[in-house]
Amino acid sequence: MTDTHMLDVVWMPSEDIVARVIEGELIIVPLVAGIGDTDDELYTLNETAKAIWQRLDGHTSLRDVAAALAEEYDAPVGKIEQDVLGLVGELARRRMLVEVGKAA
Amino acid sequence: MADAYAVKRSLYQHAPRQGKRVLLTHLDIELTERCNNACIHCYINLPANDDQAQARELTTDEWKDILRQAANLGTLTVRFTGGEPLLRDDFADLYLFARRLGMKVLLFTNARFITPKLADLLARMPPLAPIEITVYGMSPASYEAVTCISGSYGEFRRGVGLLWQKRVPFIVKGALLPPNKMEIAEFEAWAATIPWMDKPPSYSMFFDLRGRRDSDARNRLIARLRLSPQEGVVLLTRRPEAYRKDMAQFCSWFMGPSGGRLFACGAGHGGCVDAYGRYQMCTLLRHPDFVYDLKQGSLREALTEVFPRLQETQATNPDYLARCGRCFLKGMCEQCPAKSWMEHGTLDTPVEYLCQVAHAQARYLGLLAEGEKAWQVGDWRQRVASLAGKV
Repeated sequence: MTDTHMLDVVWMPSEDIVARVIEGELIIVPLVAGIGDTDDELYTLNETAKAIWQRLDGHTSLRDVAAALAEEYDAPVGKIEQDVLGLVGELARRRMLVEVGKAA
Repeated sequence: MADAYAVKRSLYQHAPRQGKRVLLTHLDIELTERCNNACIHCYINLPANDDQAQARELTTDEWKDILRQAANLGTLTVRFTGGEPLLRDDFADLYLFARRLGMKVLLFTNARFITPKLADLLARMPPLAPIEITVYGMSPASYEAVTCISGSYGEFRRGVGLLWQKRVPFIVKGALLPPNKMEIAEFEAWAATIPWMDKPPSYSMFFDLRGRRDSDARNRLIARLRLSPQEGVVLLTRRPEAYRKDMAQFCSWFMGPSGGRLFACGAGHGGCVDAYGRYQMCTLLRHPDFVYDLKQGSLREALTEVFPRLQETQATNPDYLARCGRCFLKGMCEQCPAKSWMEHGTLDTPVEYLCQVAHAQARYLGLLAEGEKAWQVGDWRQRVASLAGKV
């Protein structure tokens, strides 16, 4: 799938993880086996990733997520789209995100 | 950019970013004091069928409330221990609840009650930390001479086998006692075959007296089962280079007299909830004036209002102040308010056995000469620095 098509897809956090915010830090705790690389690791998201993650709500396309972040942070939308696709690719590979479908 | 957004954190790096203080990162939970073993050396166990103890234990909902409170305070790791935590009929329920709150679970067990169903659950929804299993012997005779329960060895091996078969990570540790002292080599050879053992097993050998101070007869037995300080040093130093290296590093960090302040440790920063909902400053300290009843309050109140005050408690016993308060082996010695309470019923009485163990180790490391007392040493900083320089 091209980046253009990927941006039209809606994603949401997997039910196989628990995402917790502790003292402002977003920590992803695997719930079932096979999440991440091993069975004993937690993951924490950097600030960019955290801002993206909090908008992956199962309703909003990645394109709209990027547009909202570009407006909020007054940043080039193209750069934000690359970050969004990078994060989603990384977390989808680890089964921390699930694809809901194409945006309506 | 690959893997730049999510950073891995291991079990021991779970505290959120520097500068931010999480009120409670780890909580010990003693689900029950009852145990399906009746180990001769145990400091806490009650019979599995002790109905009175069982009736006093917190309910499932009460435990869930405490777990929820802990999660809200930032807790990422909870340890289920006992007694034997798997004796609780609701263990799987509580385990799942903790995991769904986003916690890692450390489980201390003898493995006898690991069933195929529980092993399946632990494989499907892993605790995220290796299960820790204490091994009491390598044969039915030695194992059951410690546990005093016929058939317990077979159940332990079956439980371990189930975990192994399901690839549920576990590690083993020993309790060094007269019935199994001769089996160290066999135990360690077996332990080395366990895929999740990345170092030799640890041992308990300087056993604690009864935590509830509930039996003089049991205390006399436990005291007889302890290794002598000299035997302990022989065991601790079987890998002399590794021991010296570890201790040199340890000593450079943790040595030095603590003066009159009793709690020169981490007590009160994490703590342990006992089977009845009493929140202890640490796993061992059960002095009634130093526990907080969670049925009347909250983890937050204990951590912010009660424990900080208790942590300031000063020793008043002149003997303690003259010895322990001035002793530079403080970090190496297991003397603490909890051990003093178990042995003497006070918080500030020197525990002679622990003092002897620490002195024996210090002599081995060259920190003390024969006959020297550590509280009389003035140049301890140079001695510790010299130890660090030799390795």
